[in-house]
Amino acid sequence: MLAEKALDLIRELERSVGGSLPPYNEDRVRQVLEEMRVLCEQNQKDVSATVAGESGLFSGVQVRHAALERNKRCLLAYLYNRIEQIKKMRWEFGSVLPTEVKYNLCEQEVQWFGRYNKLLANYMRSIGGCGGLDLTQDMKPPKTLYVEVRCLVDHGEFETQDGNVIVLKKNSQHFLLRSECEHLIRQGILEHIVH
Amino acid sequence: MTLKASENYFDIDDILASNERIPCRVELPIYRLGYLDSSHESEHLLPGTKIEFPYWLGRAVCSKKRHIVGVDLPKQYREGYREILSADATVVDLHKLGPYYYSFGTKLLHFEHVASADIAKSLVKTFQNRFRKIMDSSQNAYNEDTSKLTENLDEAERSLFHSGQLGLHDFQRWETRKTDKLTTSNMVRNHRKRKRNVLNDGQ
Repeated sequence: MLAEKALDLIRELERSVGGSLPPYNEDRVRQVLEEMRVLCEQNQKDVSATVAGESGLFSGVQVRHAALERNKRCLLAYLYNRIEQIKKMRWEFGSVLPTEVKYNLCEQEVQWFGRYNKLLANYMRSIGGCGGLDLTQDMKPPKTLYVEVRCLVDHGEFETQDGNVIVLKKNSQHFLLRSECEHLIRQGILEHIVH
Repeated sequence: MTLKASENYFDIDDILASNERIPCRVELPIYRLGYLDSSHESEHLLPGTKIEFPYWLGRAVCSKKRHIVGVDLPKQYREGYREILSADATVVDLHKLGPYYYSFGTKLLHFEHVASADIAKSLVKTFQNRFRKIMDSSQNAYNEDTSKLTENLDEAERSLFHSGQLGLHDFQRWETRKTDKLTTSNMVRNHRKRKRNVLNDGQ
């Protein structure tokens, strides 16, 4: 059936669960574009034949045209939904993506991520007075200034705002400024301890 | 959410729902597209051929303006099935009939079939009858396996069920004062899990 390959791309996205992004399927995208090229050529041929006087080709043109539109919709939806996912990743992973995730993006998507990053950073710098405002912080309303945290992995040295250097070693516990360690908690390096 | 009425061009569920098959009957010859019908080897699709088209194609070639094919109702929307649904909608496996039973059903109304009004009524009635049970089960299944509860739900009903579950879990977290704890973001957690699985497989 027509436009079957394009639908495979959509199915691929549907199957990916829990915010994972499947590898960019460049091969399949190329196959879809090839199918579209063939359909378009056949349509052009039939149209010029109709202009030359042959009749009854109209229905075939309609069918192919519908398939072209369908392929276009699937391709655009594939790209759009991936971009949406990548946008979400900026807020969940932070400004640097893990290499395994980055590996699944195509080159243009990496570029897009970089530009989105820059836009967001510029915007955050421009609002909230001279220092700017980090929108990715305080996703939940903060209750205390300091929080108690435990290290889940060996992360190495970490310099706090007041100049102290602490070593984030696995299973060590610290009492840190909430604003400083919120990102590390979101990234799964620290664990927030509540009593 | 797949329950929204308007079509969204980029919506994955809508794209999948518009791929459901409709039985069609070719009424004008379609030249050089015989390969669409794998049961015949002729080069063209000739009038009278019966063929199943996906909805998006059927919609393009069957409308008031152009009538290249005639469209029939898929069997799960015919009277027999409508009667089963009106008898007791809660026991029917809509996932087997669908899995996009409601959204595909609403799409079918575009063809203005004689039974359209009945289909529309049956869809609403079915949803009404099943809604109570779905809401009930989604609000009361806490920390248990929900796959049994969702297995015969349509995709739209599933998303409804999951919204209910989300609400229930958020409420429980609020009640036990767990909401102010900062947590690892979901994507990071899932990513870690997958990575760990890969590492374990490698060993």
